[in-house]
Amino acid sequence: MKIALPIIAALVWTGAAAAQSPSSSAPAAGQPAAPSRIEVPYTQFTLPNGLHVILHEDHSVPVVSVNVWYHVGSARERQGRTGFAHLFEHLMFMGSGHVKPGEFDTLLETVGGTNNGSTETDRTNYWINVPSNALELALFLESDRMGYLLDTMTPQTVDAQRDVVKNERRQSYENRPYGMAEIALTEMLFPEGHPYHWPVIGYMPDLTAASYDDVVAFFKKYYAPGNASLVVAGDLDPAATRRLVEKWFGDVKAGAAVEPPTIPGVALTSVQKRTLTDRVQLPRLYLAWLTPRHFAPGDAALDIVADVLAGGKNSRLYKRLVYDMQIAQSVSAQQSSGGLASYFLVEVTPRPGHTVGEVMKVIDEEIVKLQREAPTAHELGRSLNQIEASFYNRMERVGGFGGKADQLNAYYTETGDPDWFNEDLGRYRALSPSDIRAAAEAFLPPDRRVELTVVPEAASNKQP
Amino acid sequence: MRPSHLVVLAALLAGAAVGAQAPDRSKPPSAGPAPALHLPAVQKRQLSNGLPVWIVELHEVPVAQVNLVAFSGSGDDPSGRFGVTSLTTSMLEEGAGGRSALQIADAVDFLGADLGAGATFDASAVRLHVPVARLADALPIMADVVLRPTFPQDELDRLRQQRLTALLQARDDPAAIIPLAFARTLYGTAHRYGTATTGTAETMKSFTVADLRARYAAIFRPANCALLVVGDVMPDRVVPLLESSFGRWTTSGAAAPITLAAPPERSRREVYIVDKPGAPQTQVRIGMVGVPRSTADYFPIQIMNTILGGSFASRLNMNLREKNGYTYGATSGFDMRASAGPFAAAAGVQTDKTSESLKEFFNELNGILQPVPADELARAKNYVALRFPSGFESTGDISRRLEEALIYRLPDDYFAKYVQNIEAVTAADVRRVAQKYIQTGKFAVVVVGDRKVIEPGIKALNLGPINNLTVDDIFGPAAAASR
Repeated sequence: MKIALPIIAALVWTGAAAAQSPSSSAPAAGQPAAPSRIEVPYTQFTLPNGLHVILHEDHSVPVVSVNVWYHVGSARERQGRTGFAHLFEHLMFMGSGHVKPGEFDTLLETVGGTNNGSTETDRTNYWINVPSNALELALFLESDRMGYLLDTMTPQTVDAQRDVVKNERRQSYENRPYGMAEIALTEMLFPEGHPYHWPVIGYMPDLTAASYDDVVAFFKKYYAPGNASLVVAGDLDPAATRRLVEKWFGDVKAGAAVEPPTIPGVALTSVQKRTLTDRVQLPRLYLAWLTPRHFAPGDAALDIVADVLAGGKNSRLYKRLVYDMQIAQSVSAQQSSGGLASYFLVEVTPRPGHTVGEVMKVIDEEIVKLQREAPTAHELGRSLNQIEASFYNRMERVGGFGGKADQLNAYYTETGDPDWFNEDLGRYRALSPSDIRAAAEAFLPPDRRVELTVVPEAASNKQP
Repeated sequence: MRPSHLVVLAALLAGAAVGAQAPDRSKPPSAGPAPALHLPAVQKRQLSNGLPVWIVELHEVPVAQVNLVAFSGSGDDPSGRFGVTSLTTSMLEEGAGGRSALQIADAVDFLGADLGAGATFDASAVRLHVPVARLADALPIMADVVLRPTFPQDELDRLRQQRLTALLQARDDPAAIIPLAFARTLYGTAHRYGTATTGTAETMKSFTVADLRARYAAIFRPANCALLVVGDVMPDRVVPLLESSFGRWTTSGAAAPITLAAPPERSRREVYIVDKPGAPQTQVRIGMVGVPRSTADYFPIQIMNTILGGSFASRLNMNLREKNGYTYGATSGFDMRASAGPFAAAAGVQTDKTSESLKEFFNELNGILQPVPADELARAKNYVALRFPSGFESTGDISRRLEEALIYRLPDDYFAKYVQNIEAVTAADVRRVAQKYIQTGKFAVVVVGDRKVIEPGIKALNLGPINNLTVDDIFGPAAAASR
């Protein structure tokens, strides 16, 4: 497979912004760029066992990425076993029927490969990047853990990764400043029983309780090929790759169909207030609202609301709080989108000598202003241009988290169409300034939100 | 879902045919011959003022990366002025040419571009990433930032306050404290590497606009800089754009790079505990002063460190994470700079396993002094050599490689010979560099954790004298960080 093949543009760009030399007419500042089309060519097929497969060619470097999404995340966990989807993810690297413990990594490192995985509320993903001559090894390893994970699983394996995951929790949450706020936030936004109520990392007692039997049941229920999708992308030949995928994944047994998740209704009816203490110098305020789920009407507009409020030095909150008044050290805003629900979060850290109350007053003023008056065309254009550029930037890598393989799998999982790039970008391009105002008004009500404050522990409260 | 039914049907038939025979899983499929390495060609040009320009064409995605690199960094900060280079470079974007800080940010954001300025110990840089259709609009802004910064007093005051507050916040985070505590322990307060690139609260408060202007003039001269362009550009069309933005830049003057004094010599192993009451994990760094980037042992060190703690399957990670579950991950690394930077083995370990973890760290650090088995050596060499091509994928990847080549004056055939240099490393080389640089008897063992819980266990290990430090010893008193 050859490097000697002519380089095929992995992306086809059409339209005015297509790869022209810089000396050709660039869009004048002040005008939005003419729309360009992004295409990521792919082929797809489904194996008899239900595994959906997507192939994408890109020969820019002699590397290929094998990317699997299992359509299960922490939202499928049950009470008393929170954190299990993520603990299970760790077990996927511990060997399988024909791969001895420890061999998954040593075999890959021997061919110059790297790998990783991650768990979120709605999905778990895994990727292996290898030089293209080692594609078959990657497919063997990926298929073996899909088909034969339980053959080598033991209670001792579960124990070993349980300790690792507990240390991940300590490192990423408990020992990190403000780390527990993220956990408190979703507990306040989503009522008990809602699948987004508990943290993906899980609660310590639940991690302790997770058993070998839980692993067996979870694998059988959620790790069947019909509940997964596989993307192979990079320096590959599609026909040969298809044969290899059929060879290695064809014998993985089909499982029972997984019921699609129900989407529970969820709403805040009042202001939810809570105060946490932490070993920190400065307080921090989190304001959060429940908002439309990923790709639902309002979701894209809220991304732009976040930009107008806190994206860059000229955004309204940054400019007032951090730049002009200098009463805050930092401020951020984001629409955090999920398959069952989303939330919009504003996070601000007051400067020494300033209070959460002072900064909250300014935030409220700016949100009210945006609810009454549409942003300027310039503000919208600035945000759109940055979003468009981010779509280009996301094309630079094939493998790993956020590479093209991962994005094809994400779009396939959420929309059924791997190449949903243009439709996604089109959601933003269709918006007008008044849509942004309307979204701020509809989704950021002052009387139905979470107000979480982190205050310094008395012992570390030394701020002057 | 939108796949056509025909495609699905064809897949079903094809799948049924192969499903009949299961593949032979008794041994993993072997890899074919490694793909030939095709490095991107570097086209070297020069502007009329002598400013070198290195260009790599990469046409997959319509974006461009343009970096202006200056060959002076925080390592050249004069004594008593630690942090001046870092603050000077950050101030470049806070007013330049006829534009205010807000105008620069607005123009850059509106183009969908990213523009950033900063310094490491060895270099300073202004970096632009932009959709190529907007490159011609973005370059004049970048040129203002590089050539015509105005250093407004009110922006300096604002940035200073921001940095002082960030320093105050760093006191909260064991993961932020540990690198500073480790650097301070190895190099002391007099050597530049003993203090963060951003300096201390005391120095941050002292800098004036005149200081920054002087530092700027010393660093940003065409004779001390180079331009890199990587992306969807054609040299004959991009060079004139660069010429019109940077070609008339003729500032001269010179500042001799500072030769750093030798770091203090450590004669025995010592332990340093920075107290962080209540911490559920202990941050650990163990090591000593390592090597400069120019070391002749560069390639053997890469392999030795890969085996020790440079990959997931390395000894430290396998032991502390996979076998014992004490940590989410353990690593080691040589930070190579113009002068000898630190070598460290590192992890965040659970508080009640701190002494057990330190014991395992030393088991592996001592173990690497012994001969390395052939299969482990082969795996490490393959890991480093075979994934080398993947480091040339994005505009960011390639520009980082070019910066490295420029800053450390690597030979023209450096990348072409990289793989063969890795392949040439022998078991004897690995053992030699391990014995030379892993001197466990002279290590500093620095931990940030809950002292009253961890100290008894550490004491029992008899690693060496124990020094108790506070966060104030690393950062100065908290009050000093505010106004």
